[in-house]
Amino acid sequence: MKSMEELVDFYFRPNRLPHLWCPGCGNGVVLGALLKAIDAENLAKDDVAIISGIGCSSRASGYVDFNTANTLHGRALPISTGLKMARPELNVITLSGDGDCSAIGGNHLIHAARRNIGLTLVVFNNSIYGMTGGQYSPLTPVGKKATTAPYLTIEPSFDILALAQAAGATFTARATTYHVPVLVDVLRKGIRHEGFSIIEVVTGCPTNYGRQNQMGAPAKMMEWQKDHGVMKAAWDKMDEAAREGKFPIGVLSERKDLKEYTKAYDEVIARAQASVKEETA
Amino acid sequence: MSRVLLLQGNQAVVEGAIAAGVRFYGGYPITPSTEIAEGMAKRLPQVGGKFMQTEDELAGIGTVVGASLGGVKAMTATSGPGFSLKQETIGMACSAEIPCVIVDVQRVGPATGQPTSPSQGDVMQTRWGTHGDHWLIVVSPSSVPECFDLTRRAVELSEKYRCPVILLMDEIVGHMRERIELPDSYEGLSVPRRKQPDTPPEKYLAYADTDGSMVPAMADFGSGYRWHMTGLVHDETGFPKGTPAATKNSQDRLHLKLRDHEDDIVQVENYRTDDADVVVIAYGGAARTAYDAVDMARDEGIRAGLLRPVTIWPFADRQIQAAAKKTKRLLVHELNCGQYVREVGRAVRGLVPVDLYAKYDNEPATPEQLLGKIRESAEKIKGAK
Repeated sequence: MKSMEELVDFYFRPNRLPHLWCPGCGNGVVLGALLKAIDAENLAKDDVAIISGIGCSSRASGYVDFNTANTLHGRALPISTGLKMARPELNVITLSGDGDCSAIGGNHLIHAARRNIGLTLVVFNNSIYGMTGGQYSPLTPVGKKATTAPYLTIEPSFDILALAQAAGATFTARATTYHVPVLVDVLRKGIRHEGFSIIEVVTGCPTNYGRQNQMGAPAKMMEWQKDHGVMKAAWDKMDEAAREGKFPIGVLSERKDLKEYTKAYDEVIARAQASVKEETA
Repeated sequence: MSRVLLLQGNQAVVEGAIAAGVRFYGGYPITPSTEIAEGMAKRLPQVGGKFMQTEDELAGIGTVVGASLGGVKAMTATSGPGFSLKQETIGMACSAEIPCVIVDVQRVGPATGQPTSPSQGDVMQTRWGTHGDHWLIVVSPSSVPECFDLTRRAVELSEKYRCPVILLMDEIVGHMRERIELPDSYEGLSVPRRKQPDTPPEKYLAYADTDGSMVPAMADFGSGYRWHMTGLVHDETGFPKGTPAATKNSQDRLHLKLRDHEDDIVQVENYRTDDADVVVIAYGGAARTAYDAVDMARDEGIRAGLLRPVTIWPFADRQIQAAAKKTKRLLVHELNCGQYVREVGRAVRGLVPVDLYAKYDNEPATPEQLLGKIRESAEKIKGAK
């Protein structure tokens, strides 16, 4: 396996650094893990497309040397979907943030999951709108401070993976920026999964979330991830009381009974062409 | 060999798109454009293409942009409410120069308006619907055969100039059934794809004007040319760059690539205008009324003619100025409270008076009604003598 320096040399575009992320931000850890996963899966650069929405994490697409697009707020999934339909052979990896994916792009999330289209969606969940300076998102927990919730948030947050599962997602997984080997592992499995896969990555935004909520220095926020993320196998053995405030990590669900969308569409083409032959026969 | 059919305008759009080589459609049902989605759902997979009924209008245009990035000619169709929803992505397609065709079959607005009644109330929205300075192309058919031809033309222009092209229809043209003669085979009718890079991948700059046309070559995602698309202001490398010079250069090229090719893009039809004292200016469904009204006016001795903009944007400044120099009065007829007439007034700069027959009551004008307005304009010419 390549070292991080070798990964940067090989996969980063020359002259695109420095990145715009704040010191202590977890986005670089997620992007590094993604490059490790792509490298471990031996995917050629030409065969990978990275499509992102808008937000801090979505800037990642511009730094790396693949077919890339930094699109519109909330629209990474439709654009990824169109590209996958045009080029089913491409490994299309969609990068999105918690606000991008669960608020302004929420409708696209449930329908991409329902269709089971072969995209790998990586959700950088930092519990906040970072780029605009710290407003609450649908994944900000109740009782937290945000610039638009100066008196604490009152809206319950989504469990985005439960939402995706209910909508039909055939692969769901979670990791944190502390649990990097787990993150690389679930990214690899998500990429390999034929249908729609969603990987939620719990990551820290010390500048715009941590500071408002007295979570301490970046390292402290990673300790929080270490203390609250529990491997699925251990999670399954825990009772309700022990689970309080914690969350499971690893592959949370996987099913193979549903056909991938572009493959299913090939059957539509076959039926349509057979009907034309019948008509002309 | 060809076949004669009785088709709706919307169905002719489907055939024009298939003939042009469109192989992806993403869209959401909306009256009065739904027949285009239904037709594409049936026809695309027959020719190996793909149709998606998306979760909403935003995803409709989003999937189209995604498919176009992959190198496939792609199209969507909608009506006013959906057209409003698509605007942000249309702007991104202008900025990132992604070929795509958007059909807007207009209905009465604003808001839900009158879904099955004709209107031309979106004509300014096609030009200025998305935010920010931008240029794009809009063409408008007024017959069923022209729906076929202009859909092909829309695809051709979008590929050639790397910009969104809007096919502006109205409920009249979309739902009207008319005789159309179509070739048995569409072989040879597919329009050229966007220009491909002639540099090796390591030398490819996604937004460099390499041949002076101001239209950069566009590599397909997955073709071995790796590049970055962004809706941020970018320089010739395709990466974000926000300096004043980069911003101005990018805006200039996006404008000039269309403005400097107006001779190729802008088309108008002149009908009996050579010696006309009154020239009616009408487009799309409203022009249908005008042919008859002009003939009726001629029958009673009024020298009338019709100038029909086929290309709605960029505006046919030169053609309309030329008409204004030769005639005595212009009469704009449109199915709204008066939108395009303002552009006509701007273009003719007081050379001749510009009258307006605005119709905005859910119904198209009859030729008799428009004839009445032609008579009024003719009377004003006499009165001015």
